[in-house]
Amino acid sequence: MEYDIAIIGAGISGAAIARELSKYSVKTILIEKNPSVSMGTTKANSGIIHGGYAAKNGTNKARFNVASLPLFEKVCNDLNVSYSKIGSFVVALEKDQIEKLYELKENGLKNGIKDFKIIEDPKKILKMEPNLNPNVCGVLYCPGAAIISPYELCINFVENAIINGLRFLPDSEVIEIKKEDKFKIIIRSGIEIKSNIVINAAGLYADKISSLVGLDYFKITPRKGEYVLFDKNVMKINHILFPVPTKISKGIVVSPTVSNNFFVGPNAKNIDDKEDISCTLDGLKEVIEGGKKLIPNLPLRDAITVFAGLRAVSNNNDFIIEQTEIDGFINVAGIQSPGLSSCLGIAVYVVDILKNIGINLRLKTDFIPTLDKPPHFAYLSPKDKDELIKKDENYGRVICRCETITEAEIRAAINSPLPARTLDDIKFRTRAGMGRCQGGFCTSRIISILCDELGKNPTEITKHGKGSELVIGTTKHLRRDTK
Amino acid sequence: MKTYITDIAIIGGGPAGLAAAISAYENGVNVLLIERDFELGGILPQCIHNGFGLGIFDEELTGPEFAQRYINKVMEYKIPIMLNTMVLEIRPNKNILAVNKNEGAILVKPKAIILAMGCRERTRGNIRIPGTRPAGIYTAGLAQRLVNIEGLMPGKKFVILGSGDIGMIMARRLTLEGAEVKAVIEILPYTSGLIRNKVQCLDDFGIPLLLQHTIIEIKGKDRVESVVVSKVDENWEPIKGSEKSFECDTLLLSVGLIPENELSKTAGVELDPKTRGPIINNYFQTNVEGIFACGNVLHVNDLVDNVASEGTLTGEIAAKFIKKIIKIDKNFVQLLCGRNIGYVLPQKVNKTAFKNSVRFYMRVKKPENNVYINFKVNDKLIYKKFERFARPSEMLIIDLPKQDILIDNNILIEVIPKEKKSEN
Ligand SMILES: Cc1cc2nc3c(=O)[nH]c(=O)nc-3n(C[C@H](O)[C@H](O)[C@H](O)COP(=O)(O)OP(=O)(O)OC[C@H]3O[C@@H](n4cnc5c(N)ncnc54)[C@H](O)[C@@H]3O)c2cc1C
Ligand SMILES: Cc1cc2nc3c(=O)[nH]c(=O)nc-3n(C[C@H](O)[C@H](O)[C@H](O)COP(=O)(O)OP(=O)(O)OC[C@H]3O[C@@H](n4cnc5c(N)ncnc54)[C@H](O)[C@@H]3O)c2cc1C
Repeated sequence: MEYDIAIIGAGISGAAIARELSKYSVKTILIEKNPSVSMGTTKANSGIIHGGYAAKNGTNKARFNVASLPLFEKVCNDLNVSYSKIGSFVVALEKDQIEKLYELKENGLKNGIKDFKIIEDPKKILKMEPNLNPNVCGVLYCPGAAIISPYELCINFVENAIINGLRFLPDSEVIEIKKEDKFKIIIRSGIEIKSNIVINAAGLYADKISSLVGLDYFKITPRKGEYVLFDKNVMKINHILFPVPTKISKGIVVSPTVSNNFFVGPNAKNIDDKEDISCTLDGLKEVIEGGKKLIPNLPLRDAITVFAGLRAVSNNNDFIIEQTEIDGFINVAGIQSPGLSSCLGIAVYVVDILKNIGINLRLKTDFIPTLDKPPHFAYLSPKDKDELIKKDENYGRVICRCETITEAEIRAAINSPLPARTLDDIKFRTRAGMGRCQGGFCTSRIISILCDELGKNPTEITKHGKGSELVIGTTKHLRRDTK
Repeated sequence: MKTYITDIAIIGGGPAGLAAAISAYENGVNVLLIERDFELGGILPQCIHNGFGLGIFDEELTGPEFAQRYINKVMEYKIPIMLNTMVLEIRPNKNILAVNKNEGAILVKPKAIILAMGCRERTRGNIRIPGTRPAGIYTAGLAQRLVNIEGLMPGKKFVILGSGDIGMIMARRLTLEGAEVKAVIEILPYTSGLIRNKVQCLDDFGIPLLLQHTIIEIKGKDRVESVVVSKVDENWEPIKGSEKSFECDTLLLSVGLIPENELSKTAGVELDPKTRGPIINNYFQTNVEGIFACGNVLHVNDLVDNVASEGTLTGEIAAKFIKKIIKIDKNFVQLLCGRNIGYVLPQKVNKTAFKNSVRFYMRVKKPENNVYINFKVNDKLIYKKFERFARPSEMLIIDLPKQDILIDNNILIEVIPKEKKSEN
């Protein structure tokens, strides 16, 4: 297989770059070790498009965050991605924290952000955010901060890129790269891919991929962040709420999500194991204690799930986005927070790098900028629901009772340009199983739909790929086995 | 959009809804029964063990057998039913929006509604169990559905967290299927399910029950590989040094049920934070006039016989309400939960109680033996009942004679040990 450009890693960075490149006439392949896109850090983060005031002026983080901000609205519109500019508060709970708000504002001004203000009238603040800690003395209010669904953005980037000619290769871990006249990329399965350019967007493993071509100049350390997610409609949180940052972290946030849930988290803990996304007893305690500082009445019994994600922290603590000493090998590494908020700017910049090193990038005339998605049944008016069911009766069967996801939407996900094949795929594509009962109702029903569409047995259906099978066999077979 | 007009719409075709439909019909009104699943019976078709029906039929039936008796009656009466039909919304004006494949979106306009949507299971997230998130973690009810309805085995080696009834019943069921159930882990010092289930499902099969223990970590990347179990102190804090690891491929959770009231909320029905079901008066009526509730949507029952009898009563009341045979007064006194009372139903009672007695359903918070359940008004005892055992897992039912309720002040219910004389 020969390509002009090979991107390693289908997280938000690789996906954004793939989508940007799909505007040009180049042959691109996106290589991912997991069965689906977005299964690394991109599936477990805060989903915040930061307002651009927090990242230190002069860093890549600040540069790409700010460069991306004006682009989100159009991209999310084009690609049907949930995005909502709800604004953020940095919350000072003591008088002497107010000074910090002014420092942040100062930094924001340097970064070129103008649309924010400091509010010091607690009454006014509590009117905007009634469940906030009543001891609040001031907030830095940034109306431009937004929330987004990070995996939806990632999935839709890749679907749109596929429609525009991208080749997506899942289940393919890169284990070796040889530089000959072209790069020869070797996948664990034995497949070899040749490409003129390699873009390393392998997240936590970007150091490892880089070292495959002998470039050992940086190291990625995982920094864990844990979360508790709450049910819809139990407490109204209007804005993204940050505490005043300390030297070590942005602190534990309380924020709504685009699907009307809200979360508290993340904490920040450096760990050794890049696969360790487990939640810990102490970590969850820390998260809840942190959340209670902002929202004292956290409705703990309405928690619906806990999860953790790993920040890919490079040793210079900033994004590394560059053409390296090896011609055609580009690192997009150390993409920690605000990596999601920066993905659009990063993608544009990577295209600039390619142009600068003389790659002939011609804009396609037939590029399709938009992505059609099946309608979200849950949000339609009764009349539209009725018409839709008349067109496709599978809209008339609700599979996920919590999120009101229909059989038609699940079948559409399995038949989309980026076909859903696992239970987690269905969950991240459609939200079925993401609600308060966490799959208690829909799991058995989704297994049968997957079997039906894929022509498989229930024992072959997995949660997230090989090894995560959901059932082991039919009843009576254990009895037969022991005989 | 297709529109149906009926006297009473019943949402949910489990035992509560079935019993309500039958009795409403027998009281002379039109009924429409709406069920989202492909069959009637609610949770019962998957409860293939016996132990149902002792209260009502004086025989031991399996869940499907129990349900069938009601389904047969519904068929005999030709009560209209809509299967595979999900109710999406109840508006405060009592119009119901539902969908199914054949008819699309449907509007039902009833004079009264009976909520009978049952409950859902608490999940791992509700109790925030730390660890990884692999395949092989199921709620006990989902595992029951997989095994008994779909004929699929979720795993080979199980640990069960929580000694709720469904968990204990599944421990036995899985053992019978040839799986190994390593242990049932319970954070409380006693089982949260019925004693009968502990004896028949765990003890008889030699399945260890670890009381005052909990799971502090789930391990395994793709599939569950083990769980770490720890002893807890009286504040449920894990005790360091007491950790044990259990190798297993599946973890079942039987950690409680939550009445399913998302629809009730859309109708403006007020919920009780203790039961998480609607606040009702002694007519099973919610704060919204003409909306009634019964069964597990109201409070989590341990015995289906209670559910069915609640349904029967509610069906009769709702029918008489729309026929204006009974008028529901708007003035109520409140029931207050005193010492060791977890919750009580109904939460409000009326001076004009409609039967000769009013039935109260309640649960204690902690187990106690030899107690009086006292009903007090203004510190004066109006009624007391002796209970030899009062356990959280077993609902107490007390019928208070009507003449005792004809009072103007709130009623306090408390549990008082026999030897320690009540203050009165
Ligand atoms: C707790 C937390 C909170 C965060 N909150 C925010 C926020 O609110 N706003 C924000 O802007 N940013 C936030 N971030 C940062 C943001 O999530 C990341 O910057 C972003 O997701 C990184 O995306 P990525 O594509 O670089 O990496 P990833 O999403 O990790 O993608 C890398 C991909 O490479 C694949 N891969 C690795 N090795 C190989 C190989 N050998 N072969 C093939 N494929 C391979 C992986 O499987 C993975 O899919 C947060 C991060 C964390 C951890
Ligand atoms: C898993 C499990 C196992 C049990 N095992 C036992 C046992 O062994 N012995 C015993 O005595 N009791 C047992 N019980 C308790 C007993 O089964 C219940 O008390 C009884 O079934 C409750 O009846 P119900 O009608 O209130 O609710 P359910 O039986 O749950 O019925 C509710 C019905 O409403 C339907 N519904 C809900 N929402 C909608 C909607 N939006 N639109 C349309 N339809 C809807 C549901 O599909 C369901 O059919 C068990 C309960 C559970 C949950």
